[in-house]
Amino acid sequence: MASALTIADVERIAALAQLELTADEKVLFTRQLADILAYAEQVQAIDTSGVPATAHVHAREGMERADEPRASLPVADALANAPDAALDAGLFRVPRVIGG
Amino acid sequence: MLDFPARAIRDDIAAGRISATEVCRASLARIESLNPSLNAFNHIAAGRALARAADVDRMRAGGAPLGPLAGVPVALKDNLCVRGMRTTASSKILDTFIPPYDATVVRRLEDAGAVIVGKTNCDEFAMGSSNENSAYGPVRNPWATDRTPGGSSGGSAAAVAARAAAAALGSDTGGSIRQPASFCGVVGLKPTYGRVSRYGLLAFASSLDQIGPLTRTASDAALLLGVLAGPDPADATASRHPVPDFTAALTGDVKGLRIGIPRGFVTDGVDEGVRRAFDEALDRLKREGASLIDVELPHARYAIPVYYLVATAEASSNLARYDGVRYGHRASGNGNLKEMYSQTRDEGFGAEVKRRIMLGTYVLSAGYYDAFYLKAQQVRTLLRQDYDAAFEKVDVVAMPTSPTPPFRLGEKTDDPLQMYLADVFTVSANLAGLPAISVPCGFSERLPIGLQLTGRLFDEATLLRIADAYQRVTDWHTQSPPV
Repeated sequence: MASALTIADVERIAALAQLELTADEKVLFTRQLADILAYAEQVQAIDTSGVPATAHVHAREGMERADEPRASLPVADALANAPDAALDAGLFRVPRVIGG
Repeated sequence: MLDFPARAIRDDIAAGRISATEVCRASLARIESLNPSLNAFNHIAAGRALARAADVDRMRAGGAPLGPLAGVPVALKDNLCVRGMRTTASSKILDTFIPPYDATVVRRLEDAGAVIVGKTNCDEFAMGSSNENSAYGPVRNPWATDRTPGGSSGGSAAAVAARAAAAALGSDTGGSIRQPASFCGVVGLKPTYGRVSRYGLLAFASSLDQIGPLTRTASDAALLLGVLAGPDPADATASRHPVPDFTAALTGDVKGLRIGIPRGFVTDGVDEGVRRAFDEALDRLKREGASLIDVELPHARYAIPVYYLVATAEASSNLARYDGVRYGHRASGNGNLKEMYSQTRDEGFGAEVKRRIMLGTYVLSAGYYDAFYLKAQQVRTLLRQDYDAAFEKVDVVAMPTSPTPPFRLGEKTDDPLQMYLADVFTVSANLAGLPAISVPCGFSERLPIGLQLTGRLFDEATLLRIADAYQRVTDWHTQSPPV
């Protein structure tokens, strides 16, 4: 699978990751990702039948705080870094979503 | 004056032998003079630092109690948020980002009296092992400016090594505190996962990331960890595990401690100079009364593939937030929303970040999830079990921090896989959540070498005790780089 990684695979992954790649980047990443995946394939030889997955080392430690209302970031502060914001309305502005 | 450890600086300020303002000026002058050659800082916070130092001097003059880091100049890796201070993670996509809040570690440092002198250069979003992935150019190693300082916290390590700051914070996802500490001849501590709040750290891989100190002595690392550690309502993964007095653990004595050595793992590809320094350091600890015991970590040789599958999967998710809407760069085209996203991310991210997002997206995608991502998580469990078994026989596990001394700038940039292999001895501790420290243990042709010790969960105290005892009988850490 990994050794057969193609430019079409790289284009598909780039689309999923919302990345626009140049033609050169596609060629380079196809080779480099194939190398890395071929190396990573060695994990598939390990017998893991019945072994639980570790997503997080302290998964069982309950560390939720009390569910009490608290102040959040003021809207003006949250908008301050936006490339395009409607400050008066308290909104982030984005390009057209549908059509165009 | 910046040759002294943080503890001595703080005590001299508290005793009135020197003012916090004088210390701050010395640190800023050193940063200004070195930055053209080392490029260790992305941002120098002179005005803010001098104001903070003046606060400390005023408090002292007024007889107010001073914190444990009063007047100590500290540098922060540029992926830690400081309210009002530009924070870029060395990425073009965050070139203009001004955080609206402080990271918890920043609040704790400043509450303890520390003076933040600036933000240090790093690999973009902490992804790298040489600091060459920074959008603002590589950091140079103070011991040899044609060499890398390691990464990703390369600027933090270089700043401490070059006596530009008494201490620095870094973040460590797969070795990003310990490997640069080793390359620059300083101490670097990755605490247990959950020991220190990650609130305000720009996330790379959330199940692996941990903030920790870079210092010249283990004793200073103990001082900083005591300030940084503890639960935080803003981070559900910050543990409520009790925080001991790390300084009290520094007994100077290693008698009876059992040091495990995974000899079957520390084999191929280890540089001769590294091996010699490693063996001599172990011999020294043995003469001080520790016992050396062989241990097996059968799955450690899979740690690199497991790490690069897990970390990139988490990164692909975490970095989805950089979309040109809420902060940072936005591409200037006239396209629709989707085109804006992909153009923004293409312009804003560097090659290594794109590679990792692509790899992570791939291993999480339908058809590959079980074979790569789930498999890696299962092997992660096996690796944890290896360490559990080892810690039934020993108190810590010793390895070199890096298989090689600092390599040359440009040496590995064309081959990402070779760069990943530089992390062979560091990634296991992140995957298992364990604390680990790198302490200077020698030189190979005037290039620093680090000894890495990994401990049980929440047992930073034993790591600090051994590293401190070792530094009491060695002088590697007192040597200064030629800058």
